[in-house]
Amino acid sequence: MASKIYDCIAQIGNRIIENKEFLTELDREIGDADHGINMARGFTEVLGVLDKDSEDIGALLKKTGMTLLSKVGGASGPLYGTAYMQAGKVCAGKTALTAEDGKAIFDAVIAGIQKRGKAVKGEKTMLDAIMPAYEAYTAAIDQGASIQDALDAMCKAAEDGVAFTKTIIATKGRASYLGERSIGHQDPGATSATITMEAIRDFVKG
Amino acid sequence: MVGIVIVSHSYKVAEGIYDLAMQMAAENDHIIPAGGMEDRAIGTDAFKIMAAIEQADTGDGVAVLADLGSGIMSAEMAIEMLDGGDIKVRIADAPVLEGAISAAVASTSGASLDEVIEAAEEARTASKLS
Repeated sequence: MASKIYDCIAQIGNRIIENKEFLTELDREIGDADHGINMARGFTEVLGVLDKDSEDIGALLKKTGMTLLSKVGGASGPLYGTAYMQAGKVCAGKTALTAEDGKAIFDAVIAGIQKRGKAVKGEKTMLDAIMPAYEAYTAAIDQGASIQDALDAMCKAAEDGVAFTKTIIATKGRASYLGERSIGHQDPGATSATITMEAIRDFVKG
Repeated sequence: MVGIVIVSHSYKVAEGIYDLAMQMAAENDHIIPAGGMEDRAIGTDAFKIMAAIEQADTGDGVAVLADLGSGIMSAEMAIEMLDGGDIKVRIADAPVLEGAISAAVASTSGASLDEVIEAAEEARTASKLS
């Protein structure tokens, strides 16, 4: 039987692969029409190379990051690659995670993506979904909410973040070439980040 | 001699720039194209770039010229993964084609890594119409 961490990554990968056309279509509108194709190619490879039985969360996340880095190709390769590798560092040696670990993972992922992409919130990127999601998750945990409720709050904030990306101009990435014409379109990276977080929530809720 | 790595999302673009640069630097065998993915699909691959940097280095350092967005990000990741090695690597803040040709000429004339980077970056402001 596959380990829980493998099942969780597989749930993320399968959701990304199911949304290949949708993500590519979003990227066709304001980018280079490859986000879904690239992410699906990366996760197809990830699902093939991970050790299904390993319970070492850090090792599996690191392997996921390295594989995305080499197989995705677009900007999401280094960005998601960094995110998973940073998450892997936080989880080194762990076989189970707590709500507090979730915060530490978020911290490391956000710092890694900011460093790699040199982006801040409000530039129509994946950070516009991830940073509000982090804030909502942390606030819920700090107020004593259950992990399930905190993950619901996280996903709601991420979805609101994706909606927000429709209202702003892209200043990072390929969409920045479009300037004002990027308004009205949601960001593909923020969308795939939200799909990722929803897959994690649904996995935890079972 | 300073090595040069040419990074592009496109295998063909990197190969094409390499061909143009080699016209000016025929005796330089430390210019390495690193375009596209393993299967030559459009994209950049940090591992391919890392291997190219290792191949380009003679001990004098390596200048990296890269194209759009993830070209820079993948090059930065490649350099971080080399961390702990002793290769001096710098990314030029320059247009990939013009920068690569300037860098190739400078490298072939025996310039240092900093001088090669400077030559590449001058290509950013060179006017084509005056």
